[in-house]
Amino acid sequence: MMELAKQKKSFFGNFKGNIRAYTMIIALISIWVIFGFTTEGIFFIPRNLSMLVRQTSITAILSIGMVFVIISGNIDLSVGSIMGFCGGVAACLQVWGEVDTVWAVLITLAVGAAIGMWHGFWIAYRQVPAFIVTLGGYMIFRGMLLGLTKSVSIAPLQESFIAIGQGYLPPIAGWGLAMILGVMAIFMTFKGRASKIKYGIEAPSMKVTILKAAAIVAFVAVFTIIMNQYQGVPIPVVIVLVLAILMTFIAGRTRYGRSIYAIGCNAEAAQLSGIKDKKIIFVMYIVMGMLAALAGIVLTARLNAATANAGMMAEMDAIAACVIGGASLMGGVGSIPGAVIGALVMASLDNGMSLMNTENFWQYIVKGLILIVAVWIDIASKKKVQ
Amino acid sequence: MSDNILEMRDITKSFSGIKALSDVNFTIKRGEIHALCGENGAGKSTLMKVLSGVWPCGSYEGKIILNEKECEFHNVRESEQAGIAIIYQELALVSEMDAGENVFLNAWHMKNGLIDFPSVYYHTKQICQELKMNIDPTRKVREFGVGIQQLIEIAKALAKKADILVLDEPTASLTESEVDILMEFLRGLKEKGVTCIYISHKLDEVLNISDNVTVLRDGKTVGTYQTAGLDEAFLIRQMVGRELSDRFPYKTRELGETVFEVENYNVMKEDDRDKKMLDDISFSVRKGEIVGISGLMGSGRTELALSLFGFLKGKKTGNVRLRGKETHIDSPSDAIRKGLGMVSEDRKRLGLFLDQSVVKNIVAASLPKISRHGVIDENEQIYLAKKYEEELKIKTPSLQADVKSLSGGNQQKVVLAKWLMTEPDVLFLDEPTRGIDVGAKYEIYNIMMDLAKRGVAIIMISSELPEVLGMSDRIIVMHEGKITGELSHDEANQEKIMHLATGGEKQ
Repeated sequence: MMELAKQKKSFFGNFKGNIRAYTMIIALISIWVIFGFTTEGIFFIPRNLSMLVRQTSITAILSIGMVFVIISGNIDLSVGSIMGFCGGVAACLQVWGEVDTVWAVLITLAVGAAIGMWHGFWIAYRQVPAFIVTLGGYMIFRGMLLGLTKSVSIAPLQESFIAIGQGYLPPIAGWGLAMILGVMAIFMTFKGRASKIKYGIEAPSMKVTILKAAAIVAFVAVFTIIMNQYQGVPIPVVIVLVLAILMTFIAGRTRYGRSIYAIGCNAEAAQLSGIKDKKIIFVMYIVMGMLAALAGIVLTARLNAATANAGMMAEMDAIAACVIGGASLMGGVGSIPGAVIGALVMASLDNGMSLMNTENFWQYIVKGLILIVAVWIDIASKKKVQ
Repeated sequence: MSDNILEMRDITKSFSGIKALSDVNFTIKRGEIHALCGENGAGKSTLMKVLSGVWPCGSYEGKIILNEKECEFHNVRESEQAGIAIIYQELALVSEMDAGENVFLNAWHMKNGLIDFPSVYYHTKQICQELKMNIDPTRKVREFGVGIQQLIEIAKALAKKADILVLDEPTASLTESEVDILMEFLRGLKEKGVTCIYISHKLDEVLNISDNVTVLRDGKTVGTYQTAGLDEAFLIRQMVGRELSDRFPYKTRELGETVFEVENYNVMKEDDRDKKMLDDISFSVRKGEIVGISGLMGSGRTELALSLFGFLKGKKTGNVRLRGKETHIDSPSDAIRKGLGMVSEDRKRLGLFLDQSVVKNIVAASLPKISRHGVIDENEQIYLAKKYEEELKIKTPSLQADVKSLSGGNQQKVVLAKWLMTEPDVLFLDEPTRGIDVGAKYEIYNIMMDLAKRGVAIIMISSELPEVLGMSDRIIVMHEGKITGELSHDEANQEKIMHLATGGEKQ
């Protein structure tokens, strides 16, 4: 009897879990609708939406890395400083060293990887808590950036470099990307259903599946049309899309991704199951370092300058984005699409309130409140299920 | 005053329309020790949660009558005030605080607005002495063994003037000698007029300590019996509703050659490099053999297994031979690659990923096997997980269900499945049937026998002597990090094992 009751509960749990993923999207849409009203529609004009997704991209790149760190039960407080410092390195290479764009990007990514190794070494192999190591990194790399820039802006950068942050895909290329995404979405939805049926897992009906695929395709098409109405799909958005797809695959389908979830869920059990936890955590921080460097490149390119306070508070935005997107700081739970949507929520709040000419201090207050409420909703909904 | 201190009448409790308890009647006499038995999922915990107010009144049907008064508990605090204290399997002590602080936590004796520590320690000492337990109340709780911690928890309940004490699986993590102390202690409490409800899977304890036994099955009361004159077979029959003719499916078999050999194996403590945790251990296991390792808590049994598996950090010396060849195992991943498996003692801490699905748990130790170039083959994953789900008869709503939603027995089977999938030649089983019910135990024994027949060498660590005696071809007994003796299946009995386990020489 109890057995049955438990089974029913767990079924309910899964069901509710899906609903939660959708509440995030519903929340995002309601934020948009509110801003649509308060800004008398300015929020929805193509130019603003283009700006919004571009604003999102830097937080999104960071949060894609951060969500792995959080899933593994760790934290990285240094990503804002790494981003600022690596952006500074890129600018120095371009402005003072006259290094061409490809090399500047590669070297900057290598610097990011080296910083990640530094963190990973202390955390994985010397067992210093991640909070401490990255709090140290937060100060160290902010200090290095200050030393590097001597508190002046380093500018201007080369045209090809600036394009990374400010460029757009030509409309035709945008449609090409949309086609690829659309086909992928259709393929994945149907394959997902087919494999569920094959293994006797309860699958959504054909109708629902077609609707789901159609909704994704429609969304991609509308997105492309709107972006093309302005100047095209921004390059940083392309970077985010590629990263998000790649990392979602890594999280769900590879040994590496599975190991990170296992470590976050139960580190000792993971170790005893033969998962090389140290190596995995080490690699994870290298990836995080490189993504922070990439975010730094995009930021510097967008501003066409490196400044001493670049990337301030970016770590907090990234962590907040992950948490709003359903990641648990206890580890073991989180998703990349969730983190990207979380980043979109954060950027929407910034963007909408700026349009409303809300004073800067309000933006912090509202974002802080939304973070707390989002996590509370998450906890409350879990309690209800139990 | 009536004879009955507590009556629970016609208790019915449903979860989403499914009855976990239906018309359960449970009557306790004043001052008795009343055992509550039943398989996992029979409704014991639900009944206790109704009693303690975890499930508040209104969420169930029926009446609770305490001291002839009908009670309605809305939360745990109200039931505590009425004198009901529940001591759960997982102890609720603050391990960094001392014994006195724990006993009076949130019930401080105050003086001028400050905590009166001398009084706290004095009264802790008094309560403990009354219970014939001589401990220093200013020592931190984590410095005591699990057995004493349990007694501290009971002292805490008594400090709150509880007159009904509910003990949920109190001996699950105690050694035999600690169990004896607890039994003695409970008899003392009974003399003082404290009423006990004793929940346990260990039927010998139930028969030993209780005055009456109530058996639950599938959320219904099967009956209440006077303990005097009962035997285990009868209780098992009432619990499972069928006859279990033989508790252990042991059969003598032809054994193969030696696959795993340990010689002069020493391991130093991790925190004290000069102290030996394991001292000069030598033993071997043959293909298809089940070797039982017995010993008291702290004898180094678990440490031996974890160390051989490469999980413990302490410095080690000595030889380990696998299939006749000298080998060094420096990490669990190394051990798995070389054909070792490890079903650990504490399945929640070391065995399971509770928030993950059954399938992810089953494949967790076989990721290299199911992936190519680091990418997991989903088909292979589901195919293999399904195979072991069917082979071990794991009861789960689906492979995608969270493993935490399964019962203890099925969780243990998931851990077993995880290790069987790695296809080990040598399998360590550390307390393979801890905290699971009689029916599931029997199934696990069958799986063990089956594995042995297929040629897997099994090293089983267990605190339950009947299990060691019933399932092992050979029994190794440990005491304080050393092997004190070895007994064959036929010569072994409880007395000989206990003699060796307490440091005696083999006669």
